Amino acid sequence: MVYFVVMILGIFFGMILSNGEVISWFRIQEMFRFDSFHMYGVIGSAIAVGAVTMALLRKFHARSLNGDPIVIETKKLEKGTVIGGVIFGLGWAMTGACPGPLYALAGSGYPAYIAALLFAVGGALVYGTIRDKLPH
Amino acid sequence: MDIFSSFWPWYITGPLIGLYVPILYLLINRHFGVSSTFRDICAAVIRPSSGYFKYDWKANRWRLVFVAGTAIGGFLAGGTLRTPPGGQISGHTLAVLASLGVKDFSSLVPADLFSTGSLLTLRGILLIAVGGFLVGFGTRYAEGCTSGHSIHGIATFQRASLVATLSFFAGGLICTYFILPYILHL
Repeated sequence: MVYFVVMILGIFFGMILSNGEVISWFRIQEMFRFDSFHMYGVIGSAIAVGAVTMALLRKFHARSLNGDPIVIETKKLEKGTVIGGVIFGLGWAMTGACPGPLYALAGSGYPAYIAALLFAVGGALVYGTIRDKLPH
Repeated sequence: MDIFSSFWPWYITGPLIGLYVPILYLLINRHFGVSSTFRDICAAVIRPSSGYFKYDWKANRWRLVFVAGTAIGGFLAGGTLRTPPGGQISGHTLAVLASLGVKDFSSLVPADLFSTGSLLTLRGILLIAVGGFLVGFGTRYAEGCTSGHSIHGIATFQRASLVATLSFFAGGLICTYFILPYILHL
């Protein structure tokens, strides 16, 4: 049942990314060229809504569906946060897609984006293989 | 059903995406994030010997269901074939891209750069293969992407996520102004 809801959420996510043109290579170029507010508005308002709703969950000590207290997953600040972040940024501007849009684009029928998605999986594979030799 | 074929402005799109953060915590007590699925797919399908891929990927199965849904959603929404960018995208961006050699402005993605045949050109290989590779490698190295870091991470006030997001933008700006012009002229 939970998987069914997650699937519906995923489908709707793909539609949001498409209808909001977050999957558009042109929108990403427009963002990096500071020519439009659109993508800043999307990301900024997503953060604002996420922050307010998460604050409300904390305030009311909300529990997840299975009854457990909500535990926020934390991210470590390491050298890799910056190095990996810049590497991802380079790829973001090339493909015009971050990982969510990459899935939506692959599904939308552009074979080139199915290829881009497979290369992204390949990138994770190479990262995992040479991880011990990289600065973290 | 006009709403599903029309363009959604940022103040509709952004808040809807932001709601995924609390909804996923309430539903399964896990954080919103997409790029970890690249690692999960490696662990589940390719099963590499590296220790990085020895973990309980089945605990993340829900996320694989989520991204499969995202692909279906992209399909249902008509994805790349949607609204021509002409009237919507900034005229300045379009003029700069035209001067850099982009010719097709008829859909959300320039078909002259991202068609199937593009993979046979040096320009296409750089944009699709190298670009895709960098997205996968970089997001795993930084342990997150736009969803996990920029939206979930900043919304939960995590310093690492703010640093990661600034790094994403640094890479994107370097590529846009110093690398992409050369690739597009190939």
